Amino acid sequence: MKKILLTTILSVASILTAQTITGSDTVLPLSQQEAESYMKAHKNAKVTVTGGGSGVGISALIDGTTEIAQSSRKIKFDEKKKVQDKGSKVIEVIIAYDALAVVVNPKNKVSNLTREQLEGIFTGKITNWKEVGGDDLKIVAYSRETSSGTYEFFKEEVLKKKDYMAGIQSMPATGTIVQSVSQTPGAIGYIGLAYLDKKVKAISVSYDEGKTFVPPSVKTAKDETYPIVRPLIYYYTDKSESAVKPFIDYVLSAAGQKIVSDIGFITIK
Amino acid sequence: MRRFIEKSIEKIFAACGMITTVTILLIIVFLFKEGAGLFNSPEVEKGYALCVNAANPIEYISAPDVKKIYNSAITNWSELVGYDEYDINIVLFRDDNKDIFEYYDDEELGDDFDEIEANIPKKVLELIASTPGMLAFVREENLKKNAKGIKVLNKGTVSSDNFFFGHEWIPTATPAPQFGILPLILGTLWVSLVAILIATPLGIGVAIYLSELAQSKVRDILKPAIELLAGIPSVVYGFFGLVVLVPMVQKTLGLPVGETAFTASVILAIMALPTIITVAEDAIRSTPRAMREASLALGATHWQTIYKVVIPYAASGISAAVVLGIGRAIGETMVALMVTGNAAVIPKTLFAPVRTIPATIAAELGEAPGGGVHYQALFVLGCVLFLITLAISITAELISKRQHNKGL
Repeated sequence: MKKILLTTILSVASILTAQTITGSDTVLPLSQQEAESYMKAHKNAKVTVTGGGSGVGISALIDGTTEIAQSSRKIKFDEKKKVQDKGSKVIEVIIAYDALAVVVNPKNKVSNLTREQLEGIFTGKITNWKEVGGDDLKIVAYSRETSSGTYEFFKEEVLKKKDYMAGIQSMPATGTIVQSVSQTPGAIGYIGLAYLDKKVKAISVSYDEGKTFVPPSVKTAKDETYPIVRPLIYYYTDKSESAVKPFIDYVLSAAGQKIVSDIGFITIK
Repeated sequence: MRRFIEKSIEKIFAACGMITTVTILLIIVFLFKEGAGLFNSPEVEKGYALCVNAANPIEYISAPDVKKIYNSAITNWSELVGYDEYDINIVLFRDDNKDIFEYYDDEELGDDFDEIEANIPKKVLELIASTPGMLAFVREENLKKNAKGIKVLNKGTVSSDNFFFGHEWIPTATPAPQFGILPLILGTLWVSLVAILIATPLGIGVAIYLSELAQSKVRDILKPAIELLAGIPSVVYGFFGLVVLVPMVQKTLGLPVGETAFTASVILAIMALPTIITVAEDAIRSTPRAMREASLALGATHWQTIYKVVIPYAASGISAAVVLGIGRAIGETMVALMVTGNAAVIPKTLFAPVRTIPATIAAELGEAPGGGVHYQALFVLGCVLFLITLAISITAELISKRQHNKGL
């Protein structure tokens, strides 16, 4: 009887330290790895990780059904206000960085583009590769879905908040962009650095109107010469701070940051 | 005792029926309830307002115009106001704690972080009041204090006209998202229409072959094989489409891009085939034996009997099969998401990318802020899709009812 009581108390206690992380599918693989190794190090901790999208994660944070929202975009003002209306404050922690690589078909001659040219291509002002020094071939621009964090970030950072052209192809996942770019000669798209492989060619990007072109890599992203880098963020509220703090500290520790670079993201400095 | 058991089993069955009906009704109510708020939601992002200098004669800017301004398609106020009195270039400003630093340096804003934070609202208002051409996107909480020299523009709500007949679907454009669902509706109908044009002759052909011509041995193999086709998960079809069909379409037709309405139509046609074949075959086989024998007895050949007696008799069943096939194609999500290219443009040819309603909902709902305008817009899209498929089911029901009334 005593034993049963003890195990019940123990399991209740472990539920109390249990926490959930919900949100961005970009951050999902990282959070899963972090949670696994964290639970190995702390036997009675329990961290559950689910995906669904940055918006889903932040909605769950507002409703109080998750302790941590993982996000690949900044929290919107409207969402922040909803949390505040419920009497708590949102706290933001950057856990890693992700570089976005602009990719084209390997057969494409073009390997350097300036930010202005990228803006022209994705807003529909440049429609043929010969306008940027390539073959006479129609440009087929691939983007991520309108509501993905990657889409928003690329728009803010590369298109300077201008909207994509109306007829842009949008793909549901980064994997499908790699697939489509690899089989379409005139294609251009953008993907997370971790997804870069031999099937596609990465473009060197210039943010100083063509003076220097920098290829995307972990090294160039880290020394800040490569410009298209975005933060991956954990959001939590001040109410659950004490509960989530140990886990977040672990993610930011040397062991946690090693997982970050193993997965292909860039560690925080 | 036995009567009691029978009674209770009856009750349980009745309860099952009730629960199912209530669940379906609740889902429909939920769908419409979530979407209902859309046309009362503001066009610009919640919590923000558009402001101009008090000297500016403008009162209201529509969402499409706001978008044009932010994309530099409109650059001068005279283009909006309509007369030359206010011939001033538009200066854009966003109150997101970044733009303000381009106008004021740290000294003017304050030393430490809190001071800057407290100073920003005041400085933003000052800036608008002193810049005649400015169009500012300002947080509403910063506005309340006092607004001298500033005019807050009227806030429009999402209009049903722009929603149902708008040509642009850019739900995350800031500050004025564009919710024009016309390209999505047309994209969905376009893909389904072509799919059904491909699937109908094939499906009816196979149904006639199976029910009238095939030997029973062939039938025993073919029928389960076709039914197996219905059991393949749609994501497998989508994957097949993306990896095999997309490059094939692109190479053989010499297109710049392989993700097209046509590619999706072919896959959807394959997916609609089992439905069409099974239902049409049932209809054909239900032709009374007496009618066939009468036809044959009159000297008609087998083929004459098929197209003069059997097909006319089964016509309504066959039409119901086609309509059900359309329903299958319209609601298909995964394939549309993977092979259409998802470009929200009004389709002009078969060989260009389109975007369908189910794919849009599936792709965007996960990231849309809960309860926001985008979220509501997606629910209204769901309602539209529901009404389309409801109309299709009712048509199918009416057609197959006609058959029963016609009976012998």
